[in-house]
Amino acid sequence: MTSYRLGKGGLVDRSTALRFTFDGAPHTGLEGDTLASALLANGVTLMGRSFKYHRPRGPITAGAAEPNALVELREGARKEANTRATMIELHDGLVARSQNNWPSLNFDIGAINSLASSMLVAGFYYKTFMWPKSFWEKIYEPIIRRAAGLGAASKLPDPDKYEKSYAHCGVLVIGSGPAGLMAALAAARQGKRVILADEGSRLGGSLLNEQEEIAGQSGLDWSRSIIAELASMPNVTLMPRTTIIGWFDGNIFGAVERVSDHLRVPDPYEPRQRYWKIHAGRAVLAAGAEERPVAFGGNDVPGVMQASAMRCYVNRYAVAAGRSVAVFGGNDSIYRTARDLKSHGIHVEAIVDSREDSRGDPGGVPVIRGALVADAVGGKAVKSVHLTDGTHINCEAVAMSGGFSPIVNLACQRGKKPVWDAKLLAFLPPDNGEAFTTAGAAAGRMLLSECLADGAAKGAAGGKPIDVPKCRDEAFAIAPLWWVKESHGKAFIDYQNDATARDLPLAAREGYSDVELAKRYTTTGMATDQGKLGNINAIAILAEATGRTMDEVGTTTFRPFYTPVSFGAFAGPFTGHHFQPVRKTPLHDWAEEQGAVFVETGLWMRSSWFPREGEDWLAAAAREVLTTRGAAGICDVSTLGKIDVQGKDAGQFLDKLYCNTFSTLAVGKARYGLMLREDGIVYDDGTTSRLAEDHYVMTTTTANAAKVMAQMEFAHQALFPDLDVTCVSVTEQWAQMAVAGPKSRATLQKLIDDLVMTDETVPYMAALEVTIMHGIPARLFRLSFSGEHAYELAVPADYGSMVARAVCQAGEEFGITPYGVEALSIMRIEKGHVAGGELNGTTTAGDLGLGKMVSARKDFIGRMMAQREGLTDPNRQQVTGIRPVDPSHRIRAGAHLLKQGDKPSMANDQGYITGVAWSPMLNMWVGLALLANGRARHGEIVQAWDGLRGHSVLAQICDPVHFDKENRRLHA
Amino acid sequence: MLIPCPHCGTRPVEEFTFLGDAAPTRPTTSDPSSMEAWYEYVYLRNNPRGPIDEYAHHSGGCRAWLVVQRNTETHEVFGAVTARDFSKAKDAKA
Ligand SMILES: [Zn+2]
Repeated sequence: MTSYRLGKGGLVDRSTALRFTFDGAPHTGLEGDTLASALLANGVTLMGRSFKYHRPRGPITAGAAEPNALVELREGARKEANTRATMIELHDGLVARSQNNWPSLNFDIGAINSLASSMLVAGFYYKTFMWPKSFWEKIYEPIIRRAAGLGAASKLPDPDKYEKSYAHCGVLVIGSGPAGLMAALAAARQGKRVILADEGSRLGGSLLNEQEEIAGQSGLDWSRSIIAELASMPNVTLMPRTTIIGWFDGNIFGAVERVSDHLRVPDPYEPRQRYWKIHAGRAVLAAGAEERPVAFGGNDVPGVMQASAMRCYVNRYAVAAGRSVAVFGGNDSIYRTARDLKSHGIHVEAIVDSREDSRGDPGGVPVIRGALVADAVGGKAVKSVHLTDGTHINCEAVAMSGGFSPIVNLACQRGKKPVWDAKLLAFLPPDNGEAFTTAGAAAGRMLLSECLADGAAKGAAGGKPIDVPKCRDEAFAIAPLWWVKESHGKAFIDYQNDATARDLPLAAREGYSDVELAKRYTTTGMATDQGKLGNINAIAILAEATGRTMDEVGTTTFRPFYTPVSFGAFAGPFTGHHFQPVRKTPLHDWAEEQGAVFVETGLWMRSSWFPREGEDWLAAAAREVLTTRGAAGICDVSTLGKIDVQGKDAGQFLDKLYCNTFSTLAVGKARYGLMLREDGIVYDDGTTSRLAEDHYVMTTTTANAAKVMAQMEFAHQALFPDLDVTCVSVTEQWAQMAVAGPKSRATLQKLIDDLVMTDETVPYMAALEVTIMHGIPARLFRLSFSGEHAYELAVPADYGSMVARAVCQAGEEFGITPYGVEALSIMRIEKGHVAGGELNGTTTAGDLGLGKMVSARKDFIGRMMAQREGLTDPNRQQVTGIRPVDPSHRIRAGAHLLKQGDKPSMANDQGYITGVAWSPMLNMWVGLALLANGRARHGEIVQAWDGLRGHSVLAQICDPVHFDKENRRLHA
Repeated sequence: MLIPCPHCGTRPVEEFTFLGDAAPTRPTTSDPSSMEAWYEYVYLRNNPRGPIDEYAHHSGGCRAWLVVQRNTETHEVFGAVTARDFSKAKDAKA
């Protein structure tokens, strides 16, 4: 046990005793602890194993950048992997487990990777990939996957709720340290609507961690008075536990509020997390600076920490990292570290200052100048450090400081790069204008007085200034300190990926000297911490290895999100059935009464088949076909897109949209129409009817309904704005049902008011406005998709189910059956009608056998491009019928067509089967196919090769119309 | 990102569907010699860095097609007109 709780001090409530377990072992902590501080207080310094070498690791930070102390939090369905122990607020009953170790954290077999580490250098994964493929799949990958996973996610559904919310403000202030508080106060006193967000559980930022003096009081007390003033102002919203994760177009910020993560389970009706979109008039980034580690041997041994983290643990949590500490760095912050530790009664063995001529106040601690820590020695805890001058110092912990990197991530997420400052040894944020400024340490203001003044100025933004309080400054002077090359042990740059300082010159030697390539080759800066600690050190080493400046190497791209975000926060409440709306047709109730089995197509629930006792889907669909073709059937076709087109130029407009002509269509008639895309490929089809001189009603396929509507609006408004026409979607307003079969007319006759239905009054392709059932307005179309004498009847949506019931009642004496999408599909394949499988975005009108429809006498969308030779080549794949040579064989959709005797290959491929159906009329499987020059090949026998299912059958190419070629039934 | 719809006022980008560059103009002739112009209209697009006129459909609003002027580099939105007005202005210029 090296770390421990101090007898007094800290922002922890010593009257509490929060029980928690880590790897099953019970511990207690205090209110105000994080999991990391509580574990340290219990003497637990070993919190994880590293990714590649499985080295023992403890926390290196006390905050969001933590790469090592990643744990699995909670249990069962609430288990969450890779959470940072430094950010988890301790609560009673907390359960956490270490990860990436086997069989245990203390004894991890994977640590032998360290011995084989010459194999695991930079580019290891890429180099291994170059071995024979079989080696990779069978030997390497399984081993790597088992050994190199981080935490495991729960496989159970998340029982908690997540919310999404919007907020608008005049000024968003990100970070609540000295600069952030001043910025918020300056903006708030101007009357601006202010949001102050901070990722921490408490507001105050670095003032919670440091011993400062502001306005004659402690920094902490000063912060409390400012926070109290802000809290009392109605125009200010304080958002602790809220991480701003991204800066997006229009000055919109993404934020995740951890509403309940600090509780064992969320309170009733409270979400676990809330995702915010914050629209900010302007924003001030006051995120502070991250202290850089130094690359020396064993800089990952538990007990080695950022100097600022060690100060945070003693000052805020009253936790000492060890009984005796060595402090090492190349800037003046090491002196305040030594003094802070000493003030808490912790023995500081020595300050090791890389500079010869530094002048910090050591507070009585011995200073060794001009020397470097070469190695920290110890396995699971630090035992000593060896200096480059040969000195050995026994100690239990090491505080290190390589310098400070302003946390500029958010300011660089919209394309601008940070700028290197050679004096501060830091990348400073780019100028993003007034909409998003930076203040304080995030802007390179390294003195407290500068932070306060800068925050006040950025918050006021040229408006009324506020008074800046006086404070005590710590000295700031810095010299470069990146990598102690005299080290013997591994000197880590990126802790989480186990990338060492030596990996970077190696990457450069192997040609990956570009910073983005070096990142990917060494994996530096990847994974959950995204290089928050290591990137600047990596750039410095890369710069030195390649003789470039820091600016010349540059940073990798900063992308959202600043810290990892749970999927739950993004999904919000839109999960499971709430993911998308469910569309039910107006006939849904009727279909349900009839025992329909529904299928989801897009958002729609469509009746798929109507099984009777003992029937499977195929038996039911076959019976529905036989009954419809033998007597009558009724099918819900309400999902077809319906678009009302009105206006003087409606006909002309449709002529532009369809490749065939509609302006010549007689009133009271319907016509099948084919729409092309401007590139000449078929887009959609459907029947469109003319109800009056200036009134058409169009139908589209179910799948394309919304897209066709948008395309029509585009054509009307952008392409042909002079046409006098209006179109509106009426899909939801009309219930539509197909009534098909030899008894369909007799069935409908019973419902129609004042009309004797004959071939003269309702001829094939008639489209009439009628009334039914004593006055219900309806549209009657004599259309057939099934090939039978058939009608489509449309009624206002609210009448849908009632009318469908009446049709069933009227047809009862003929034995009418409801039929679903399956039966519809069988009948359309029997009749060779093309549908989605053939209208698949690759076919032309000619391919579909509909070339004759294409008008040569008018302009329409797709006309010119459809004439290109590639689209008129006779060897293109064309729609044909196909059926097995042996009628007992089954052909399958998706099977590829090969000439007899040919081996399956891309070169030999002749086409494929686009759809099949069991034909109850022909007692065999029949299908449609796309086949090269198919129309000229009727009668040819081909192989239908189904590589997926591993079989091949002989099939004969034939006319697409399998049943009733003469269309006698249509006109019966 | 906010789009100033001439009909609806300033609305969030989530209500809009973008189609792309509004600069290409659909040729008015079907003469075979115009194939090159058609090819350019259907397939060729500039990829400017800076201001661009883009078709946007207010599909979650008034359903007007707009032409939004946007900076591709900064995503700054300068304004929006209806596609109808845009087309007519283009015709008037031609
Ligand atoms: Zn609008």
